[in-house]
Amino acid sequence: MAISRLLPTDDARDLIAMTREVCQKELAPRVDAAEEARELPRDIFTTLGDLGLLALPYPEEYGGSNLPYEVYLQVVEEIGAVWMSVAVGVSVHVLSCYPVATFGTEAQKEELLVPMLSGQRLGAYALSEPQAGSDVSAISTVATRSAEADGAATAYSLTGTKAWISHAGHADHYTTFARTSEEGSRGLSCFIVPGDAPGLTFGTPEKKMGLHSDTVSQVYFDKVPVPASRRIGAEGQGMALALSALSAGRLGIAAASTGLAQAALDLAVKYAKEREQFGSRIADFQGVSFLLADMQAAVLSGRAMYLHAARLRDAGRDFSTEAAAAKLVCTDAAMRVTMDAVQVLGGYGYTQDFPAERYMREAKVTQIFEGTNQIQRLVIGRALLKD
Amino acid sequence: MNIVVCVKHVPDAQGDRTFRESDNTTDRANVDGLLSELDEYAVETALQLVEADGGEVTVVTMGPDQASDAIKKALQMGADKGVHICDDALHGSDAVATSLVLAKAIEKLGPVDLVVTGMASTDGTMGVVPAMLAERLGLPQVTFASEISVADGAVTIRRDGDAGSQTIRSGLPALVSVTDQINEPRYPSFKGIMAAKKKPVESWTLADVGVGPDEVGLGAAWTTVSSFAARPPRGAGTIVSDDGTGADQLVAFLSERKFV
Ligand SMILES: Cc1cc2nc3c(=O)[nH]c(=O)nc-3n(C[C@H](O)[C@H](O)[C@H](O)COP(=O)(O)OP(=O)(O)OC[C@H]3O[C@@H](n4cnc5c(N)ncnc54)[C@H](O)[C@@H]3O)c2cc1C
Repeated sequence: MAISRLLPTDDARDLIAMTREVCQKELAPRVDAAEEARELPRDIFTTLGDLGLLALPYPEEYGGSNLPYEVYLQVVEEIGAVWMSVAVGVSVHVLSCYPVATFGTEAQKEELLVPMLSGQRLGAYALSEPQAGSDVSAISTVATRSAEADGAATAYSLTGTKAWISHAGHADHYTTFARTSEEGSRGLSCFIVPGDAPGLTFGTPEKKMGLHSDTVSQVYFDKVPVPASRRIGAEGQGMALALSALSAGRLGIAAASTGLAQAALDLAVKYAKEREQFGSRIADFQGVSFLLADMQAAVLSGRAMYLHAARLRDAGRDFSTEAAAAKLVCTDAAMRVTMDAVQVLGGYGYTQDFPAERYMREAKVTQIFEGTNQIQRLVIGRALLKD
Repeated sequence: MNIVVCVKHVPDAQGDRTFRESDNTTDRANVDGLLSELDEYAVETALQLVEADGGEVTVVTMGPDQASDAIKKALQMGADKGVHICDDALHGSDAVATSLVLAKAIEKLGPVDLVVTGMASTDGTMGVVPAMLAERLGLPQVTFASEISVADGAVTIRRDGDAGSQTIRSGLPALVSVTDQINEPRYPSFKGIMAAKKKPVESWTLADVGVGPDEVGLGAAWTTVSSFAARPPRGAGTIVSDDGTGADQLVAFLSERKFV
């Protein structure tokens, strides 16, 4: 069934049409082989960047398109329906630009953001550490001031280990959170570290269950020098920045998961209309059509939720509860829908002859990253119970 | 350089294409249309030439209301302006009438250095409009270009045939039709999409280009489609069982169809 989208402008409609065309012609023919080979398709990000798709929600004066999240996220959804790793990559890149775009000074936006939004660069977001996953306040990577002039830090030196970093080894910049004081969550600061900084090295890529074209590995900082001009926001403001970025980033994952679920649903519907057992199409068995109906309902509710959160954000309203709820609902929907798609395809669904099994493996991680779904509940619950 | 690209809005080949029961013409109302993929190569050719040497690209299309989408796509890719010839009397026009209308429109646009077209449309696939158009405009016709360059007031193309390739050179102005080997058409960027809205598109009627309604449309067509039938469902293929001659049979099958 064609997706019925409400888009605010003709430009947005044409943008979605262009995204679909690029996905069909450039992404679809390559996804299977690249996932199998565990390759990050760097050139595809260049193609998307040339078309403006890596900078959509950021201001035009720095090279973005100033698009509302409502539209940007539907682009991510369309990409997620064809190649989840690429959709996640777009979301991670956009997330990596968020602190500078939102909290950077004018000079930082000119110097750092413009190249980040040029389409030629790919970003990474380095928050998690081996011992600091859900608990961001446990971050131990330190940024020590390496020089003092007039009492102000002129440079930092970063040392520590980041874990699970998407685009590690491929990214042109690492939006990195490190400790500038011992004060727990108030001791973190945000830095933009160039990909070729001295002292920056990478571990071997993790062997994951899926999402193979999203290369993920540890990132090692060994006295990596970072000038103070690359610190975003004040010292100690890192946690607030990270949480603000994650609220927006969650919506990217919610949208990509919705695309993934849509792809699984489309596959299941097509298959159910073709496969015959007991002398009729399996789609004609109510047991199957009800399963498909539940899948459709899950996809539609996920899409409605992330779009509602996006529209609140676009209107300048608080959207953190809605973003957490959208991430929770969309990713749980993606898990269930992809699992049911495997069920609809029967034995064939369990083989690599169809993408259902890949969808299912890819769906699992969406419940884990950008805050596990338990953490989303924590966010929702805290807001609910706040006096 | 002043370049005119003729483009066609065609039914999406991904959809179910069919004919109208009433007059056996292509059904354009009930399917999504798009800029003919073969014409994207023509647009890309013009854009590359102008990017290298400067100039302006005008896209011209003849077709019903929705055909303006083909112009829009070309403008989003980077063309400068568009002309849409739209008139109820045009319905059912054949290649002869189409080439007449396009020729009149191009003449009305004024002096042009190069007219670029695709090698055929993806719906009618007659592939004769470029030649007819060149004839009507009195321009050299340089068709099926798989490579193109313009220098010193002349255009040079490579035409690939079954037996070999020809290099053909012509003075300007000229008409060139291009194949799908000539380039990789670009996608419109989002900036291109936004810029296209501000580009001028003129809508002309038959009267505007000085063509009478009796010269075009179904009534004036030199040929008519008297009936149509859907392609029969694919039958069972030929099964070659290998009794020692399997390879020979396969080679015979392939060479009969000119695959080897
Ligand atoms: C493919 C992939 C890509 C990633 N990309 C990035 C990236 O680009 N950048 C980045 O910084 N990180 C990235 N991550 C890391 C990801 O964000 C973390 O894995 C995630 O935040 C969870 O942390 P953890 O793995 O340490 O799990 P833990 O925090 O150890 O959680 C283990 C379990 O305990 C539960 N739990 C923890 N605390 C609580 C609590 N208070 N209440 C209830 N339950 C709780 C969790 O929900 C989970 O079920 C990526 C991860 C993966 C798998």
